[in-house]
Amino acid sequence: MKLTLNVWRQNGAATPGKMVRYEMPDVNADMSFLEMLDVLNEDLIAKGEQPIAFEHDCREGICGSCGFMINGRANGGFSKTTVCQLHMRHYKDGDELFIEPWRASAFPVVKDLMVDRSSFDRIIQAGGFISVPTGSAPDGNAIPIPKSNSDRAMDAAACIGCGACVASCPNASASLFTGAKISHLNLLPQGQPEKLDRALKMVTVMNEEMFGSCTNIQECEATCPKGISIENIAIMNRHYVEASFSQRPAMSEAGAG
Amino acid sequence: MTLNSRIPTGPIEKSWESTKFNMKLVNPANKRKYHVIVVGTGLAGGACAASLGELGYNVTAFCFQDSPRRAHSIAAQGGINAAKNYRNDGDSIFRLFYDTLKGGDFRAREHNVYRLAQVSVNIIDQCVAQGVPFAREYGGTLANRSFGGAQVSRTFYARGQTGQQLLIGAYQALERQVASGQVKMITRTEMLDLIVIDGKARGIVTRNLVTGKMDIHIGDAVVLGTGGYGNVFYLSTNAKGSNVTANWRAHKRGALFANPCFTQIHPTCIPVSGEYQSKLTLMSESLRNDGRIWAPKQLEEKRSPDQIPEEDRDYYLERIYPSFGNLAPRDIASRAAKRVCDEGRGVGETGLGVFLDFRDAINRLGENTIRERYGNLFEIYERITGENPYKFPMRIFPAVHYTMGGLWVDYHLQSSIPGLFVLGEANFSDHGANRLGASALMQGLADGYFVAPYTITNYLAETKLEKVATDHVEAMGARENAEGMTNRLMNIKGKKTVTQFHRELGKTMWDYCGMARNDAGLKHAIGKIQEIKEEFWQNVTVPGSGADLNQQLENAGRVADFIELGQLMCIDALERKESCGGHFREEHQTSEGEAQRDDENFSYVAAWEYKGEGAAPALNKEPLNFEFVKPAQRSYK
Repeated sequence: MKLTLNVWRQNGAATPGKMVRYEMPDVNADMSFLEMLDVLNEDLIAKGEQPIAFEHDCREGICGSCGFMINGRANGGFSKTTVCQLHMRHYKDGDELFIEPWRASAFPVVKDLMVDRSSFDRIIQAGGFISVPTGSAPDGNAIPIPKSNSDRAMDAAACIGCGACVASCPNASASLFTGAKISHLNLLPQGQPEKLDRALKMVTVMNEEMFGSCTNIQECEATCPKGISIENIAIMNRHYVEASFSQRPAMSEAGAG
Repeated sequence: MTLNSRIPTGPIEKSWESTKFNMKLVNPANKRKYHVIVVGTGLAGGACAASLGELGYNVTAFCFQDSPRRAHSIAAQGGINAAKNYRNDGDSIFRLFYDTLKGGDFRAREHNVYRLAQVSVNIIDQCVAQGVPFAREYGGTLANRSFGGAQVSRTFYARGQTGQQLLIGAYQALERQVASGQVKMITRTEMLDLIVIDGKARGIVTRNLVTGKMDIHIGDAVVLGTGGYGNVFYLSTNAKGSNVTANWRAHKRGALFANPCFTQIHPTCIPVSGEYQSKLTLMSESLRNDGRIWAPKQLEEKRSPDQIPEEDRDYYLERIYPSFGNLAPRDIASRAAKRVCDEGRGVGETGLGVFLDFRDAINRLGENTIRERYGNLFEIYERITGENPYKFPMRIFPAVHYTMGGLWVDYHLQSSIPGLFVLGEANFSDHGANRLGASALMQGLADGYFVAPYTITNYLAETKLEKVATDHVEAMGARENAEGMTNRLMNIKGKKTVTQFHRELGKTMWDYCGMARNDAGLKHAIGKIQEIKEEFWQNVTVPGSGADLNQQLENAGRVADFIELGQLMCIDALERKESCGGHFREEHQTSEGEAQRDDENFSYVAAWEYKGEGAAPALNKEPLNFEFVKPAQRSYK
């Protein structure tokens, strides 16, 4: 099939970018979207032009590296799909596509379709973990966990940290990402000691990183490649409010002796 | 070179414990005076960096991705083995040890493998405590499933995303240390050279992938958790970024490369569909718990699979290996598929495929149970092929998946360069000539959480380390070397793209150093790769500049290293005149077409030494001694 691509080209966060038009005369329907860009890049290199920079690694929808806007929708608006898993059979001859990087002030452009998502790492650093140093764990079966809790924790833990939720949200909110991590850990018995502290700190850092607020638009859930539910945002809000009332710094952290 | 593998003596059950007791310690107040560099933050590197940080060392960790959460460990699907014996089905540490050693066709060290089986149980505990949501039974206890090469059910899993969940666990532990300031995490940066001073690894040269800046980092020890080199074949199940560069550059600085030809070809991947294809996608081995592998009995069968009656189907694994059936180990299942396709009974347009069929399991258990167990894998399959695997059997074919070879390490996971430790898939240590399913995650985490933190401590405590400045002559020399290579690549300005060279290399490797190898083919490949190498350095084109984000330049350096490694793999495969595990020399097979080992002449680790540009590498042999298990002809019948 024949496609026309308009791709956002930008050298870095400090330089302005622009849309550039490319004609693709012969796109195979079995290619993935990224393989189509590979073909375009090989052509550009042969012509002595700069290839399009885009993030990718596993190419099987699990590493969370890839992702961009296609025709204004994150990953083209297909449900439960990353661009590496999006095959060209979903498009038809003559289509014109507009390809842009994730748009959010918390995700500055690195180059072309690549953005800086290190703000996600900083949200995790705030409390997205269980403090258990290597070697200090009890037997794996010491604490039975009801299967339904474990399954719900797994549903939330399936997040790949790609940023599609932020990109698709008109407020550029990271609530789905943050909520998924809070509920993954807070639903498990192992996560209980740090439950409220976690919610308080992660939400605080999320706000500091200049992500917008959640106003229940639900675009995030609709475009999440892993189908993470906005129920996790409700859990986050509940634990955050609870923490705001009850969490205060301990009087003293030092022990006697 | 004499290889001291530092294998402990005495009863195998006690060897790791007594080694640990005899190790030197660093007192808590002194730990902060040491600086350890960790390259690669997947399961092995990430777990190690986090654990060292928890101990109180200053750690600087590097990854080439934008976040440590993207390391390719994330893509592991099926599970992680541990000798918990929660199923009461006869498992034990000794049995996991035995299965792993046998699975590796008796080409690994007994003591290493035994230690791996021992610490496997701690891994599960640690991961559960971190919040890894392993699958559970209704009573709340951990669930298990079976994997190839074992007759017990010892594989723990988190749906089809076990690697993801274990990596996220390690990543979270790592980020906790980053928050505490104990670990400094540097992303989007790749290692281009190793700095060796007074015979010890003392630092690395890196390139910032966004700005192109080359930096020198000095430390007291260097850890490589940089993964495997399956991408030497171009098409593999590895992530596109997976590369051998850190390992290869360390090899050129004196670290021996062991058993490079031991490659795992995974039997169940989605077949290749076109020239433009950029990677292959694995269908987890766990599918073989319920899926049955078959091929039509007739040549060039044209009927749709659901129209082929039972009597015209050949469930060849069940037929040839009745006691393990569909759960025969990977090397054996892959070769069986190849034989079926070579006979002309392959399916699909290319004839390179066999069926993995869930019809019977769906009839027995219902579609919902199958969906719960493998839903995400079925979805991946349907997405890629456009076919519904609940209705029609999957088509699968073997693909390059894992490399058992890697940098040579001793029992302490230290390479032949003191102070350079190598963990996980990047080292050669535990899987011999074939890795069993669900053992890669186990080894990565064993090395990172439970072995390296002890052995690195011991090294730091017993070694006198002079203070080194970043402008040390060796450091500056290493940086010049890295800059020189980048400049050379940028200035060739030839006609062929990096990917064209990579494809050509991959095809040569697959044709001559893939599932079956022979003397003439390997000799041909060595010459062919030399031609590719010469052309590469005269005719590759790398657009853009070195002082900028340049993905083509990154890839050019990696492919240059793959070309050299590919040649070493063929040399190693040529030298090893026996068949074992994934290394199948056509000249050495039993009358039934199984691998024929030659223990008398080849029961050793082949550790190759770099001798300089253009010089033949030197072979060092580390003999393998079996005191606790008697090597036998591997049988899964």
